[in-house]
Amino acid sequence: MSNDTVTSRAPGRSRPLRVLTYVFLTTMALLWLVPIAGAVYSSFRPYADTKRDGIFSWPNSLSFSNYSEAFKQGGMGGWGGTFANTAFIVLPSIVLILLLSSFMAFAVSRFSWRFNVPLLLLFTAGNLLPPQVIFKPLFAMFEHTPWPDLLSDTDTGKLLGTKVAVIIIHVAFQTGFCTFVLSNYMKTIPKELNEAASVDGAGVLRQFFQIILPLCRPALAALATLEFTWLYNDFFWAVVLINQGSERPITSSIANLGGQFFSNDNLIAAASTMIALPTLAVYLALQKQFISGLTLGASKG
Amino acid sequence: MSDQTEHSPHPRDVGFSINRRQMLAGASALSLAAFLAACGSDEKSAPDTTAAPTTTAAASPDSTAPVGSTAPAPSGDTVTFGSNYSDDKPKQAIQAAIDSTGLNVKVNTTDHNSFQDNITNYLAQPDDVLCWFSGYRMRFFADKGLIGDISDVWDGLGDFNDSFKSASTGNDGKQYFVPFYYYPWAVHYRKSVFADKGYEVPTNKAELVALATKMQADGLIPFAYANDGKWPVQGTFDIINMRTNGYQYHIDLLAGKESWTDDRTKATFAAWAELLPFHQENPNGRTWQEAATALENKEAGMYFLGTFVATNSTDQAYLDDLDFFNFPELDSAVGADALDAPIDGFMMAADPKNLEGAKALLSGLGSAEAIDAFLAIEGASVAASSAADTSGYNKIQAKSAELVGAAKNIAQFLDRDTSPDFVSNVIGDAFASFVADPSQVDSILSGIEEQKSTYLG
Amino acid sequence: MTDATLVTNGSADTTADTMAASPQGGRRHRRRYSQLSRADKVWLSLMVGIPTVIHIMFVWVPTLGTVALSFTKWDGIKLGSWEAVGFKNYWAIFTIFDPKFFPALFNNLILLVFLGGCSTVGILFAYLLDKGVRGSAIYQSVFYLPVVLSLAVVGFIWKSVMFSQSQGLFNLGRDKPIDFVGNSERLFTFHIPFLDSPLGLTKNFAALLVAMAWRHIGYVMVLYLAGLKSVDPSLREAASIDGCNEWQSFRRVVFPVMKPINVVVLVITVIEALRAFDIIVALKEPVGTTVLGVLVKKNLTGEGGGQVGLGSAYGVILLLLCLGFIIWYLFNNYRESES
Repeated sequence: MSNDTVTSRAPGRSRPLRVLTYVFLTTMALLWLVPIAGAVYSSFRPYADTKRDGIFSWPNSLSFSNYSEAFKQGGMGGWGGTFANTAFIVLPSIVLILLLSSFMAFAVSRFSWRFNVPLLLLFTAGNLLPPQVIFKPLFAMFEHTPWPDLLSDTDTGKLLGTKVAVIIIHVAFQTGFCTFVLSNYMKTIPKELNEAASVDGAGVLRQFFQIILPLCRPALAALATLEFTWLYNDFFWAVVLINQGSERPITSSIANLGGQFFSNDNLIAAASTMIALPTLAVYLALQKQFISGLTLGASKG
Repeated sequence: MSDQTEHSPHPRDVGFSINRRQMLAGASALSLAAFLAACGSDEKSAPDTTAAPTTTAAASPDSTAPVGSTAPAPSGDTVTFGSNYSDDKPKQAIQAAIDSTGLNVKVNTTDHNSFQDNITNYLAQPDDVLCWFSGYRMRFFADKGLIGDISDVWDGLGDFNDSFKSASTGNDGKQYFVPFYYYPWAVHYRKSVFADKGYEVPTNKAELVALATKMQADGLIPFAYANDGKWPVQGTFDIINMRTNGYQYHIDLLAGKESWTDDRTKATFAAWAELLPFHQENPNGRTWQEAATALENKEAGMYFLGTFVATNSTDQAYLDDLDFFNFPELDSAVGADALDAPIDGFMMAADPKNLEGAKALLSGLGSAEAIDAFLAIEGASVAASSAADTSGYNKIQAKSAELVGAAKNIAQFLDRDTSPDFVSNVIGDAFASFVADPSQVDSILSGIEEQKSTYLG
Repeated sequence: MTDATLVTNGSADTTADTMAASPQGGRRHRRRYSQLSRADKVWLSLMVGIPTVIHIMFVWVPTLGTVALSFTKWDGIKLGSWEAVGFKNYWAIFTIFDPKFFPALFNNLILLVFLGGCSTVGILFAYLLDKGVRGSAIYQSVFYLPVVLSLAVVGFIWKSVMFSQSQGLFNLGRDKPIDFVGNSERLFTFHIPFLDSPLGLTKNFAALLVAMAWRHIGYVMVLYLAGLKSVDPSLREAASIDGCNEWQSFRRVVFPVMKPINVVVLVITVIEALRAFDIIVALKEPVGTTVLGVLVKKNLTGEGGGQVGLGSAYGVILLLLCLGFIIWYLFNNYRESES
């Protein structure tokens, strides 16, 4: 939706009401920002200062030193760092999730199968299950699946402990949600398109890749944003499945800084800020598609 | 489980050992052997004589059959090491200790808390050697067959006395643990505050209450208090229970042999409730670091915690001013000769990939060199090895060793003296509820007793 | 069906774009749906088969495994060392662990009601932002910000920056700081006949709700905003011409049109309320704030992790609560889409 529609939609409401709306929203936005601002502010200050005067005090000095220190101590940088680990888990997961769920959504929304509805039910329900409930049996399955992890120098010969295990569980879980959104989205694409294509001799695969998939771009963008946020922030699966500290994702960096004894809150604040940046960037970059992609998917029940 | 193995290390042995200096030579012989073996410069399985050219080695009767004979680790064979030393300084310290063994070690560091939480999952695919704690907490995994028997490594460890050995022994009489260091729990205070206000270190309950009352009158919180994470107040329970009912009852209670609704247990909680008003309010939502800061800022007069309390500050003036004393006796019939002094150390995986390397590493970590290297960087604890160099000890370390050496019985800590899942699922909440509202003690205790059987049965 | 028309309108634009772009799509054939070729059938089977196998294998098989384990006593270490105990774990939950179970369940219930309220606020935010507020994108980003933060960060922010007794913002300038995280006193209590101890809302759980609201409102706002974008503006104009005031036009026009999104929001709210555990774990599970998800996690994955049977039984109870709702929702959702 373009900006014109948005502005044209603003009805001629009374001026006081408009002012009130702005006052309300601005107050709320400020309230929303306070906790984050407090954390960001303390991330620029030396620990000794905030320990003595509290977080909300006038600064004696401000610097980025907590950032460089957190980056180093949290083991974030480099190819073996936690940022890279996150990328190796999250990016393949998202590609697989979107690919498999658009396959699934394509098949159930564009063709009539007897099992369409039961399958969709199964997928959607599966996504809503509480993840910790399935943990123990899944752990046992991974523990007893042989898997030569050639990409890692900490190969144990089992699926357990590898990034692949984490990718698998993310894919298995999240495919449900994405299938649900995508199939709703695809239902809104006129069936004639397929028919036309099949008359032209295009096979199922070509219909999928050349016609349907390009049309789903907004929905895929929206899902990519959401999935990126969820998978990026996952701590549970990564910690229970990966026992090598050097293989764990970015979320474990904060835990590393939290430590056993000495706990430097400002360092943690700096790490927290850095960790939040990528998800924030993805959201801001895809904000427009995000809203429109969800729209069509969700409003067609 | 036999009674014997449940005892934590015996008293005087655990502490200092200036008079055992002769063992130092034996220790260097051991690590030298390990070093040579690791270098693999000598293909014949290095017998200890070649490895211990210094003559004084004979002074130690335990220098026979050390690493050299059991583990001629081939050169370059990596040993993996699971470390929970995730903070910056301890991380450097443990690396120094590992380097001192001269072995080719690959360290896997995971953060302290999740390492602990996930230990059962971790043990499904562990590193060859891993960090852990002594006591019931180690025996639990030994009983399940999740960690490896290292009795033969112990044959070569000459620098630990019997109490450490028994703390490293599983219920089957075999050794599963190599002790590294320990730290006592004691009442910390600032000397300057005590001097300014004319306070005296209390030695019995009446003096303690008098002191606390005086502090309150002076506008001080007598005891700083925190319970974030639900473990800090377990230390208070330990000490009050040991002061009220003695060491043996304490250990039996935690092992499930005594009842939580017993009058003796209730007496402990009554004593705790009596002292609670002298503690900082609302401990449940406070981290121990915040409580330690209250002590540092002279808002609180005392803080009962492990000696790691010092790690919360980098201010040298404060650290010089910091001192501690043994928690005073509450009942003269029981005395004050028991305390918590948890031992941290290492275990071996049940089925390590590099068995010989793992054993060589454990031998190396059990040497004086390793702990010396560690404590040179992280000086809040006391070496378990009696051959360790104590000349560089700071005041707190020296006093810790003295305190523990003078004690008659040493417990590990509540969560190490009983089943860990009993602690995390039952005790943690129960004690937190107690410090929030001591009047609920009866229902809290009957709740613990009722739920105990699920975890300790 | 207003909403159907809207959606077709919306997608027609994009369809037109693509048809222009791809030449074959440009011609309109209205022929009968042709029979699939053999190769196509194979491809379609793979498209359905692969995701289905993965999903069933790694989600539903373990779920059934958990159900089976809830009838056993197992230390979680060696496969096969379990021992069947029938309903003993469930019995234990209702007789021995009732002082843990019922308060946890009650907290879930409170969370449900509370998050329901938060969803309303989220809807209000979305509604206001949708009406052409200048700088709407900035407001959106601000409200959505807590959603993109990881829980470790959220835990840190609330514990150290906001609630801390020594330096938290909420305790600034107080002589007697309030223990937001640790105070498990109850704000109100009531007795249930067959329970030993009364139920009630603890103060620290109430404080925790604030942190949860902070996250949940932004989430709902974005979902709702997405829905509102698809409401035909002319509908509202028509409503305002008809003399409806703001509230009436929302109540009578917008809200009913938004039914599918309303259902999604409802489902997310209920499931989040039932599954919640991470933010509580991030604050180190203060006493009084336990919910079912925490009980499951502690018994299954904690140190020792020795009570797989008990943990699984908690898990199955949670599962049944979630499933009951999921089934209602799916029934509702697919019945409509089929009709």
